Amino acid sequence: MSRIAETFARLRTAGRIALMPYLTVGFPERTSTLELVPALEAAGASLFELGVPFSDPLADGTTIQRATQRALENGITIADCIATVADLRARQVKAPLLLMGYYNPLLRYGLERACADLAAAGGDGWIIPDLPLEEASDLRQIAAAHQLDLILFVAPTTPPDRIAQIAAQASGFLYIVSLTGVTGARQMLAQNLADLIRSVRAYTDLPLVVGFGISQPAHVAEVARIADGAIVGSALIDRLERLAPNERVSGAAAFIRELLSASERP
Amino acid sequence: MHEVASRPGRFGPYGGRYVPETLMPAVSALEAAYEEAKADPNFWAELTNLHRTYTGRPTPLSLAARLTAHCGGAQIYLKREDLAHTGAHKINNALGQGLLAKRMGKRRVIAETGAGQHGVATATVCALLGLECVVYMGVDDMARQRPNVFRMRLLGAEVRGVSSGSRTLKDAINEAMRDWVTNPDSYYLLGSALGPHPYPTMVRDFQRIIGLEAREQILAATGRLPDVVVACVGGGSNAIGIFHPFLEDHSVALRGVEAGGKGDRLGEHAARFRAATPGVLQGTYSYVLQDEAGQIALTHSVSAGLDYASIGPEHAWLHDSGRATYTAASDDEALAAFQLLARLEGIIPALESAHAVAEAVRLAPTMRPDQIILVNLSGRGDKDIFTVADLLGVSI
Repeated sequence: MSRIAETFARLRTAGRIALMPYLTVGFPERTSTLELVPALEAAGASLFELGVPFSDPLADGTTIQRATQRALENGITIADCIATVADLRARQVKAPLLLMGYYNPLLRYGLERACADLAAAGGDGWIIPDLPLEEASDLRQIAAAHQLDLILFVAPTTPPDRIAQIAAQASGFLYIVSLTGVTGARQMLAQNLADLIRSVRAYTDLPLVVGFGISQPAHVAEVARIADGAIVGSALIDRLERLAPNERVSGAAAFIRELLSASERP
Repeated sequence: MHEVASRPGRFGPYGGRYVPETLMPAVSALEAAYEEAKADPNFWAELTNLHRTYTGRPTPLSLAARLTAHCGGAQIYLKREDLAHTGAHKINNALGQGLLAKRMGKRRVIAETGAGQHGVATATVCALLGLECVVYMGVDDMARQRPNVFRMRLLGAEVRGVSSGSRTLKDAINEAMRDWVTNPDSYYLLGSALGPHPYPTMVRDFQRIIGLEAREQILAATGRLPDVVVACVGGGSNAIGIFHPFLEDHSVALRGVEAGGKGDRLGEHAARFRAATPGVLQGTYSYVLQDEAGQIALTHSVSAGLDYASIGPEHAWLHDSGRATYTAASDDEALAAFQLLARLEGIIPALESAHAVAEAVRLAPTMRPDQIILVNLSGRGDKDIFTVADLLGVSI
């Protein structure tokens, strides 16, 4: 069983959903990720989405654009992100680690080389927002050969026949985009989220993890009623931006504990 | 034909559809609507009629007699897209897509613009068809193309400045795509032969009218086909529009002119074929100026419309297949051609088009007087007078 599958099985037994923080690698400082991930894991985060910065993040809102820009100024490359994964494993991080990034840096690094290196580093998969199902077959096959999952997305706009096609090709878990828009903290989650989850559930037993807009315990509680995991990205980045440098790790961990309190399945 | 039968929307290995899942249904619906419209003679009849009664098509073909005499070689003919309504070829695509948006029942149109010509064309078409219009434009481009910002606002469009990244065309496209992801019911009226399928094909189809007319006009004027067709290439819509009807005429050389900017180093130009690195930017796989880590490079050109890190995927394929060749003209060469055309022909070209003129000026003396160069004069230069005045050290 893959580390991702094991994690979701364990959480299911424990009666909780997964909390999956998104952190841009190298934000706010070049080595911040190395301190943040172990602390957030200790605070109860179950999986990590580690952002590979890209100059043109067209699916991201202003918060992650800023974090990305900062990481690029810190000189972070995809090679650094893979090295960060290896470093986190050396620091005894047990949680699944997925790299999230746009396709071009991966393509430039080389798909085969990227998958081999990520697998060797102890990574678990890729999340590529500009790689829809129709363009994903090359990476999916190479990733699978290295026991990595390529996480596919379902959006509120995805029609049922397409959900079926995506579910048939998916592995690891499905990333459920909670709203029609770019990433960023929101006050309210979409009203039809439960309907979307229900229609995806009809096609797959894979864990369903909800992302985009999640910023408060009430959102996590809402997700806990209907899905298997919640991704918190922009809200965490916002928090990190506001915290004083010496309070970032403890403040981010406190935020995760706050969200964790709402992660029990009803 | 040159569209190799691979996956749909591919030109050889180039093209494709690299967009977030949220947009896939919108992109598929656009493709279906376009295929349906394309097969409907009424759609083309309406477009043709508007081109005749509104755009001012066919645009003339002019013999540049004094420029020809000045260069001393091949005869130079100009396809006068500068005389199309709104002053550039961009109206051809904006009108086609505007009619498609209307046909799809859309009420709100999003567009990006670099030089402002596509923004003006889109704002114009939205006014004509009664559609709401939001145009994204990099704040640096807004500064260097002030007249076009004002024109768009006069036409009733909302112009939103984009201050992220390099604050130019690329960033305007990012922001327009973010708007589209948020509002997939809006119509994204992309201005060049770029982006996810079906845009590169659809935009080319709407711009082919340039080449279809020019081919007929040059035959009527000279009794023969040109030896070379020259066009500037930013995203590549004016170039693909004039090239495409000549693809099967193997005696006709096709020459695209990229922005050579002010130097050879990454960041100093927008000559995508110089670095020869394919990649994915903004929905399509094509040549992309990027660093070793796959980050998109900053670009530079004196002309906002050529200042873009990637190139339409069909050009990538024409390049690799050898059917078209690509060269670059520097900022200085474009500026010299801009002034030369003004003085010798009484035509102030867009700085973008001046790159094509510069290449014609370079080529003509190497050719015989019985040979013909056809230049796509893709737009007029009124919008550039402030930039040019600055560069010449003149205050106006």
